[in-house]
Amino acid sequence: MILTANLPKEKLVEMYRMMVKIRLFEEKVFELYAQNLVPGTIHLYTGQEAVAVGVCSALRKDDYITSTHRGHGHCIAKGADVKRVMAEILGKKTGYCKGKGGSMHIADFSIGVLGATAVVGAGIPIAAGAGLSIKLRRKDQVVACFFGDGASNQGTFHEGINMAAIWQLPVIFVCENNLYAMGTRQSLAMRIENIADRAAAYGIPGVVVDGNDVLAVYEAALKAAERGRRGEGSTLIECKTYRHRGHSRVDPAKYRPKEEVEAWLAKDPIKRFREKLIQSNILTNIEIQQIDKEVAAEIEKAVKYAMESPYPAPQEALEDVYA
Amino acid sequence: MKKITYREALREALREEMRRDSTVFLLGEDIGRYWGGAFKVTEGLAEEFGDERVRDTPISESAIVGVAVGAAITGMRPVAEIMFGDLTALAMDQIANQAAKLRYMFGGQAKVPLVFRTPFGGGVNIAAHHSQCLEAWFMHVPGLYVAVPSTPYDAKGLLKAAIRGDNPVIFCEHKLLYPIEGEVPEEDYVVPFGVADVKREGEDVTVVATLYMVHKALKAAEILEAEGISVEVVDPRTLSPLDKKAIISSVKKTGRLVVVSEDCKTAGVTAEIAATVAEEAIDYLDAPIKRVAEPDTPIPFSPPLEQYVIPDEKAIIKAVKEIV
Repeated sequence: MILTANLPKEKLVEMYRMMVKIRLFEEKVFELYAQNLVPGTIHLYTGQEAVAVGVCSALRKDDYITSTHRGHGHCIAKGADVKRVMAEILGKKTGYCKGKGGSMHIADFSIGVLGATAVVGAGIPIAAGAGLSIKLRRKDQVVACFFGDGASNQGTFHEGINMAAIWQLPVIFVCENNLYAMGTRQSLAMRIENIADRAAAYGIPGVVVDGNDVLAVYEAALKAAERGRRGEGSTLIECKTYRHRGHSRVDPAKYRPKEEVEAWLAKDPIKRFREKLIQSNILTNIEIQQIDKEVAAEIEKAVKYAMESPYPAPQEALEDVYA
Repeated sequence: MKKITYREALREALREEMRRDSTVFLLGEDIGRYWGGAFKVTEGLAEEFGDERVRDTPISESAIVGVAVGAAITGMRPVAEIMFGDLTALAMDQIANQAAKLRYMFGGQAKVPLVFRTPFGGGVNIAAHHSQCLEAWFMHVPGLYVAVPSTPYDAKGLLKAAIRGDNPVIFCEHKLLYPIEGEVPEEDYVVPFGVADVKREGEDVTVVATLYMVHKALKAAEILEAEGISVEVVDPRTLSPLDKKAIISSVKKTGRLVVVSEDCKTAGVTAEIAATVAEEAIDYLDAPIKRVAEPDTPIPFSPPLEQYVIPDEKAIIKAVKEIV
């Protein structure tokens, strides 16, 4: 794991707090789901927290992100209000999308979350478009585009990254390689081990990082963001990570070998970061416990807010089709 | 008023809107200084506005539209050209699932002000991958607007309205219309969406037609007039929103309806318009509704085959005579 000395304590603590927030949020969603309180389906981010937090910690508030069906973590890491994320997941009027989007379509344009699209890979050209918009408006913002290993086999990956590359757009393409596209392991879907190698085909840098090391992700994202802000173009960062739970809902993920799961659980990004922070004397055990407690209370408040919020009136289904 | 072609009218709309608003930019395959667009609509614009705002793209329809969506939701007003309407199939996810739905899915947070211009239509012997009229696909997607201009005046006014509006628009052009001339005012104007135009007034029968079929309907009306049948030709100008009121009000006057469109009959443009009138104005009809559309085949190549499937004046005249 990368040393922590080059970042101020507040930043490190904030990163830790954010990872815990995502973890506890997702565990709470799972719990509510098990109680039949969540309509539809859920795709939990548990295990991948270091990616969203590492990337979003390298971004400014006015930078953009695009997200996916497994998107709660991205939005929370970019600064979304957990109360409104939870309300949206429960289909409530107070949710980010007034109950029209749900778990797979959270957006908060006020903090640059350009929304989650649930068509795998569809966000890639959209992120390139936001990058083109930045370039045409002569701004120094950047876009972080999250997608998974499965999305890297879509045509949009090729078309979108190629276009961003030829126009030198300020986009960080963040591939969260959690080794499985639903139940299909990576080796069945491509002949290469590192998706980052595909960057060579577009003439942009491709970087492989330990996606369970929040500081490694942060460093790579910061470098890519700075490159984008300087007008030097896009970067593809492949974050090797693992989802702790199944693909969706109650998928028991039996297609994953037990030893593999255990090995990755041992590399839990939050556990690793916590140990690192303690070893480096950034935080004490007591301070860690205090943070965990505060975050748990915040999540409880979010659940209460969401549960007590009203559903939208049925006829609101007819609103927001056109501007 | 000056007389210009449909192609020039589109180009004027693009030029004037690009001068008026710096957030308007164009992207598409071969639209820039080297080619000027496959149908030359954008010719000369790269010279005036530069390669940044008249942007040649790789052959990547899905990314052309996706990039336009991303630019639109972050403050720009892109006008994307898809070289042939048939190729919208390659970009269908970005059009139908992304552009059309982002605003709704995100609870009204996104504004998606973008226009996809694309030429539809047959009659030039380029077979099944370059000749279809697919407007009906897009009528079926809530969140999209569908423009179908038939004259230079409508083309310019509708394109300006599309660019200034805040919704995604599929702007359907027709290959045979590009050289057609018509009067266009010198001063700035827009044609609002959802407002049909009566292209010819008549008493005995209403013919609703769009794009190139408007011109065939007008020719048919002229021939029928000599035979004592007075035809009213209504051009909806936009299929979404559809000016039902104007169509129904014409039907109330004439009591008879023929719907003409250059697409397959099944679940096509004519089906929607006929169903609307049947549902909302059947009491005013004195005869069954007639539909003139293509048979349910792909567009064939050989001239006699292609001429057989695309509706012509004779087919319109035949349909009118069956109910008058």
